[in-house]
Amino acid sequence: MNRLLNLLDKNCRLTNEQLAVMLDTTAEKVAAAIESYETQGIIHGYKAAIDWDKTDREYVIARIEIKVIPMRDHGFDEIARTIYSYDEVETCYLMSGGYDLAVTVSGKNFKDIALFVSQKLAPIDAVQSTSTHFVLKKYKERGVLLAEKERDMREDVL
Amino acid sequence: MIDYDSLLAEKVRQIKPSGIRRFFDIANEMDHVISLGVGEPDFRTPWAIRQAGIHSLEKGHTWYTANAGLAELRNEIADYLERRFQISYRSKDEILVTVGGSEAIDLAIRACINPGDEVLIPEPCFVAYSPITALTNGVPVPIETKAEDGFRLTAKALKEKITPKTKLLIFPFPNNPTGAVMRKEHLEEIAEVLRDTNILVLSDEIYAELTYGSQNHVSIASLPGMWERTVVVSGFSKAFAMTGWRLGYAAAPAPIMKQMIKVHQFAVMCAPTTSQHAAVEALKSCGEEIVKMREEYDMRRHFIVDGLNKLGLTCFNPEGAFYVFPSVQSTGLSSEDFCQKLLYAQRVAVVPGNSFGESGEGFVRISYSYSIEHLMEALKRIEAFLKTL
Repeated sequence: MNRLLNLLDKNCRLTNEQLAVMLDTTAEKVAAAIESYETQGIIHGYKAAIDWDKTDREYVIARIEIKVIPMRDHGFDEIARTIYSYDEVETCYLMSGGYDLAVTVSGKNFKDIALFVSQKLAPIDAVQSTSTHFVLKKYKERGVLLAEKERDMREDVL
Repeated sequence: MIDYDSLLAEKVRQIKPSGIRRFFDIANEMDHVISLGVGEPDFRTPWAIRQAGIHSLEKGHTWYTANAGLAELRNEIADYLERRFQISYRSKDEILVTVGGSEAIDLAIRACINPGDEVLIPEPCFVAYSPITALTNGVPVPIETKAEDGFRLTAKALKEKITPKTKLLIFPFPNNPTGAVMRKEHLEEIAEVLRDTNILVLSDEIYAELTYGSQNHVSIASLPGMWERTVVVSGFSKAFAMTGWRLGYAAAPAPIMKQMIKVHQFAVMCAPTTSQHAAVEALKSCGEEIVKMREEYDMRRHFIVDGLNKLGLTCFNPEGAFYVFPSVQSTGLSSEDFCQKLLYAQRVAVVPGNSFGESGEGFVRISYSYSIEHLMEALKRIEAFLKTL
């Protein structure tokens, strides 16, 4: 039923009836599959893809690379939990390579985020260093193009 | 004043412009029109293919290729035809790379037809076969296919139209505009009729990668006794979403190909070089992309067929291409009236079925090479239109 997940990934507002038609199955089966995905934690939620830049909301995000020092009884997972528990943190990934945690943080303005880093993140014992990069423009998010509006450029030829 | 009418070629002047074209000229003048009319994929060409084209330009591959096409591409096409459809062609003298499938159709007809030869054309079908036949002084002979047969060509209908003058059967499956597909058992029936004749077949398989359900497309050339009389025409436009690259090909026995290549050589020299380099990449590495696009079309197909049937526009379940061909007879309107009224009332553009031959009267062609959201909006508008009738 990966096709169902793919459809929901693109548009989670399709009704079970519509999904059933497209997948050549019944609405009951779709409902059961979705419920099972939810209980298994495969589907965590249903969010709209919003381009906040086009609204009047003050909204700035930054990508922060964090190097940490894991300690006895206090591994990456615990450190990550300490960090991702802040509401300001939108995403938090454990990374391979030059740093350990990649964190996306949002705030009303640059200062908000700078303060969050200096007052909340940097003082955590396990955090060795942080490197903050502000997002200037979003081009594409989760497969959706934000920067350009897609236009049907096909012409009628025959 | 020059009297153009008396100067210009009579045969050409008598060709009617495409019915689809005429209709869309009206639609293009209007605002906020939702089109369900175009006959090309909405997908962009997969990025790896576009990159290959760009790369070939960067390397300076800007010359003509051999008339028949790049040897590497012809090898890939031969491998592909063998791998996908179990038909074998020598890349050296049995495969020709053309400017779209359209050129291949033109070449095949021109290479086969003498004045007065009859060309059997199952209708409804793509609009090019009949005018090209007329330009070669051949005689187009339509064969009506019917909704109750799933718009397939039947042996009976074929036999009825065969005369001593019959030279060529156009075999356009999977079909534009009906979405009809000929499965192996249906092909057997047709092959049985043709085997002991001198009739050639132009098998237009441009939609071969777009068939739905568990069975793959079967080429009529793969049946016993058919390879030697068949010209297979296909291309990259529909399968790889490469319409604008203008790249197709023909595969046929060497004696037929020898004639086709002469016309090709003098008319266009060779297909576009950049496109040929891109097409090599398409065949080498983009099988998965085809599958993804096919799955997407398949979901839309279910969606639009269900939607139209619920609205009372009875819709034969198409098994190939990306069109549905619902009947509008329940509305009491002719194809043209239905399309025109729908366009003016709700600004939805669909194509009248009679543009694809007289037997398309009473039907309209709806393309589902559009996003689900687009199709949803169109269905809403069609529903609103039907309520006013």
